[in-house]
Amino acid sequence: MKALFNYIKEVLGGFYTLLQGLGVTGKYLFTPWNYVTQSYPENREKLQMFERFRGEVIMPHNENNEHKCTGCGLCELACPNGSIEIISKSILTEDGKKKRIIDKHIYHLGMCTLCNLCVRACPSDAIIMGQKYEHAVYNRSNLTKVLNKPGSKIMEGIKE
Amino acid sequence: MAFSIYDFTDLAQSIHNGLSSSLTPVWTTVIEWAIIGILYILFVALFGLFLVYAERKVCAAIQQRIGPNRVGPYGFIQTIADFIKLLMKEIINPKGVDHFLYNLAPYIVIATVFIIISMFPFAPGLQSFDFDIGVFFVTAVSSVGVIGILLAGWSSNNKYSLIGGIRSGAQIISYELSVGLSLITMIILSGTMQISGIVNGQADGWFLFKGHIPAFIAFVIFIIAGTAETNRGPFDLPEGESELTGGFHTEYSGIKFAFFFLAEYMNLFIVAAMVTIVFLGGWQPLHFGTGNGFNAAMDLLPPIIWFFLKVCTIILLIMWFKWTFPRLRVDQILTLEWKYLLPINLFNIILMSVVVLMGWHW
Repeated sequence: MKALFNYIKEVLGGFYTLLQGLGVTGKYLFTPWNYVTQSYPENREKLQMFERFRGEVIMPHNENNEHKCTGCGLCELACPNGSIEIISKSILTEDGKKKRIIDKHIYHLGMCTLCNLCVRACPSDAIIMGQKYEHAVYNRSNLTKVLNKPGSKIMEGIKE
Repeated sequence: MAFSIYDFTDLAQSIHNGLSSSLTPVWTTVIEWAIIGILYILFVALFGLFLVYAERKVCAAIQQRIGPNRVGPYGFIQTIADFIKLLMKEIINPKGVDHFLYNLAPYIVIATVFIIISMFPFAPGLQSFDFDIGVFFVTAVSSVGVIGILLAGWSSNNKYSLIGGIRSGAQIISYELSVGLSLITMIILSGTMQISGIVNGQADGWFLFKGHIPAFIAFVIFIIAGTAETNRGPFDLPEGESELTGGFHTEYSGIKFAFFFLAEYMNLFIVAAMVTIVFLGGWQPLHFGTGNGFNAAMDLLPPIIWFFLKVCTIILLIMWFKWTFPRLRVDQILTLEWKYLLPINLFNIILMSVVVLMGWHW
């Protein structure tokens, strides 16, 4: 008798759990407007990427065309596949000292794996990950970018 | 020519009279066969394509995706494009196959589908055959389909196909039992095996409501066993994409694969239509008792729309199962059948006999 009772309990319990599963998927099935997928080309005007999305490496400049890069080369050392090349130059400061500053921060987007190691290596937070994701170009050479803008200077107060 | 969307008997009769007035009886029969054949081929092709589209959309909605949405409005032409692509593919004959059986197998599977569909009443007057053993005939023919699957698995000269075919055989032969027994439960209630008799018997209430608890148990068992018979998830072991690379139809390509594919989806329709006919009253509108205002309101919708409404609801339910439940192992599938469905089914037959004998059904 106990075996029969357990059998019926097992069957009913099984149905209860199955109905629970159906309830979860049914909630999604009958609210199809809550889908997660984005219709990409239609919504590109208002598409917002997530804060942690890694689109490309960029160097933010302020309104006076100043950046924070000291040209120390740590990002170049941190890069596992050589996507970053730092070309520095020496200038004479006003008090007659020689100082090494950045000339060109060359970034090969075509080689970059967006691993974020350069951003973490940077001591002055000069480079960050940008949100742009449409990188298709007609020529491979367009994927090589110079991150510091022409004529830009280092910001005041950035320590070496 | 008399035509009414509510009853097709006059239309069929007037076509028959028109043909036989100008042609000999032999030619009348041949032309009528041709018309019916073309109608069924069109129906199977179009409804099969619709089911593939519906499955992709339902699956997408359950997984919070959009599904096909590029080809045509809401991706409606997507499956037609897929089908044209499938038809243009090369038909490959692998090395070492048994050519005769390999080429025969898809036709057995698809022919079974056509024979079963010819038994279904879509509306009053829209039924090709009406044997007095209709339900028995449907279950008998549907087990012929497994021969096609076994032949496909055997003749492909591929171990995955063979395992898929054998699994399919074990599964379908087991679950045929539950399908048959739950149909017998309902035949006890209806008192006839003739499909038109079963449908007409539900004019004052569907058997699902007339038969109380045993009818409901038979309904649940029939849906479970029917899903298993169509080799659909959660019982899709014979295809087993992850371990058998497609199962019995691994080696097929082009139009032969399309036949298997179409037959699979039309089997889904067949199960849903059998549920509709036996439990939900076929093309009968939702009636309670006789001659009240509610019945008159329900009669406004044509019977053919009622039929497809019910069929599509059951199909949605079966698709919902597929995308919710995890797959069963082979031993779990056989345990479910032999240790749970079969004893419950046998008990249910006794329960239904008692209900019918005591006159507790309406």
